[in-house]
Amino acid sequence: MEYLIGIQGPDFVLVAADNIAASSIIQMKHDYDKMFKLSEKILLLCVGEAGDTVQFAEYIQKNVQLYKMRNGYELSPAAAANFTRKNLADYLRSRTPYHVNLLLAGYDEADGPGLYYMDYLSALAKAPFAAHGYGAFLTLSILDRYYRPDLTREEAMDLLKKCLEELNKRFILNLPSFTVRLIDKDGIHDMEKLLVGAK
Amino acid sequence: MALQDVCDFLETLDDSSPCTYLPNEMGYMWKTPFEFDRDSPFHFLFPPQQNSRKSKAPTLLSSTFSRLSPHQQPFQLSHGTTTLGFIFQDGVIAAADTRASCKGLICCPISQKIMPIHSHLVVNTSGSGADCMLWERILTREMRLYQLRHRRRLSVNGAAKLLSMMLHPFKGTNVCVGATLCGWDGEEAQIRPETLQSSVEMADVKEAMKQDTTAISDESALGSEKMASKNEQEDILKDTHATVLDQNTKNALSTFGGRSGPRVCYVCSDGLQLRGELISVGSGSPYAYAVLDDGWKWGMTVDEAVRLAREAVFRATHWDAYSGNNVDLFHITAHGCRRRDREDLKEEYYREREREKEKIRERAKERQKTVG
Repeated sequence: MEYLIGIQGPDFVLVAADNIAASSIIQMKHDYDKMFKLSEKILLLCVGEAGDTVQFAEYIQKNVQLYKMRNGYELSPAAAANFTRKNLADYLRSRTPYHVNLLLAGYDEADGPGLYYMDYLSALAKAPFAAHGYGAFLTLSILDRYYRPDLTREEAMDLLKKCLEELNKRFILNLPSFTVRLIDKDGIHDMEKLLVGAK
Repeated sequence: MALQDVCDFLETLDDSSPCTYLPNEMGYMWKTPFEFDRDSPFHFLFPPQQNSRKSKAPTLLSSTFSRLSPHQQPFQLSHGTTTLGFIFQDGVIAAADTRASCKGLICCPISQKIMPIHSHLVVNTSGSGADCMLWERILTREMRLYQLRHRRRLSVNGAAKLLSMMLHPFKGTNVCVGATLCGWDGEEAQIRPETLQSSVEMADVKEAMKQDTTAISDESALGSEKMASKNEQEDILKDTHATVLDQNTKNALSTFGGRSGPRVCYVCSDGLQLRGELISVGSGSPYAYAVLDDGWKWGMTVDEAVRLAREAVFRATHWDAYSGNNVDLFHITAHGCRRRDREDLKEEYYREREREKEKIRERAKERQKTVG
């Protein structure tokens, strides 16, 4: 139903998420933002069960901010990803597991850009490109074919657009618009919203 | 509820009914205890068995089966309704039908689904009637406590967040609440009661809210017959408070920052929390959405908005078996909330049929004229 995608370049990470908030068969909102800003250079994209997404993502968000307040410096993307994974794993075998699928994207001064894929069983993997949702079945092979580690920003955007066009063509559900953001050494940049389909 | 706390009523309840589990999308991992004995290689994957279900928190398994139909129930819980809320330049409209159904039976044809919480906030409830009644009272209590402690009203978004946080522990249980909070955020200082004609009306509304609102028809109601005089009043209000309203329209579309304006927020017991311009909930909501999407504009007049809401509920009640009987309509502005007389939609249906017949006759005449 929902779709997340991330593409890592040599000095940036490009992420996109769809904008639909649905309740059974109805689209209740067309401009819903599924990205949560953890810090100046880290974004958490979160999809999954209705209440769990916001609850879990906000919990992680506030805890990352708390770390910064207590210690004076921000968590790196790798540390934030592992922190998130630990929390998700702890809750997994509790009475209230969170059914959420996540992408964590960030830029570190020392390590450069990083994209982390995490699923609801709290499996964590650092990947050059990743996608969540039914749409992932349709787009991962496109990413396989055209991804190169030295993509420029324009090439990454084109690759993203190619993926979204394929979704529009073959995916049974209508996902008309996507929020796109880019993270690099200067922080998080909002890109133009991508609208697919008939204009 | 205070009595319940004093008597420790909840602690004495013991829910020890067994629950049969079904497999879910996670696959083999969460099979029933009967299928996996201790020798099975999958036994170690099974989560620690919940010994007691005394605590209110849902069990691991029940939370994953929240979408499946409940077992061990004396009767099937059904929730059929049509409620809607939308914002526009002159406030918020909240409308709902009045049918409370239980599977195939209409339990109550005159229930009230829109409950006022305070002078500037109403909640449209859908889902299980008992749950909605309880949670509406809990929310009212918490909001009043907030107001007493912090000397200002909680915003609509804040109230939605509060309700969402309170419902979260019950996720996975059979609590079913779909509440749409419709209200006006703003400071009391913007309202200047000494110059307002409607201050009298607001007092009437507050009076009415103190008593049981089900049987009361407000004298300041926006009846369709009284629409002309109502619009005159609106014009007068607009002239004296042009500056206030302009500021409101500029700020109204901002969703953050505590600025004033109309707000509509949907909170669901699943945990979904949405802020928007147009929300409709219930089994009749798809039909209502179709009408609302067609006619909604930010710059609507009050008259148009009321007509749109009425028509949306009417169409939904026509197609949906679980919605019907009457339509309730509330209009919330910076000055408070006003309630329209409850209207029986049966009359509307016959009136519409007459109007259609008239139209067909007129079209036939037109065609005759052009042909002849």
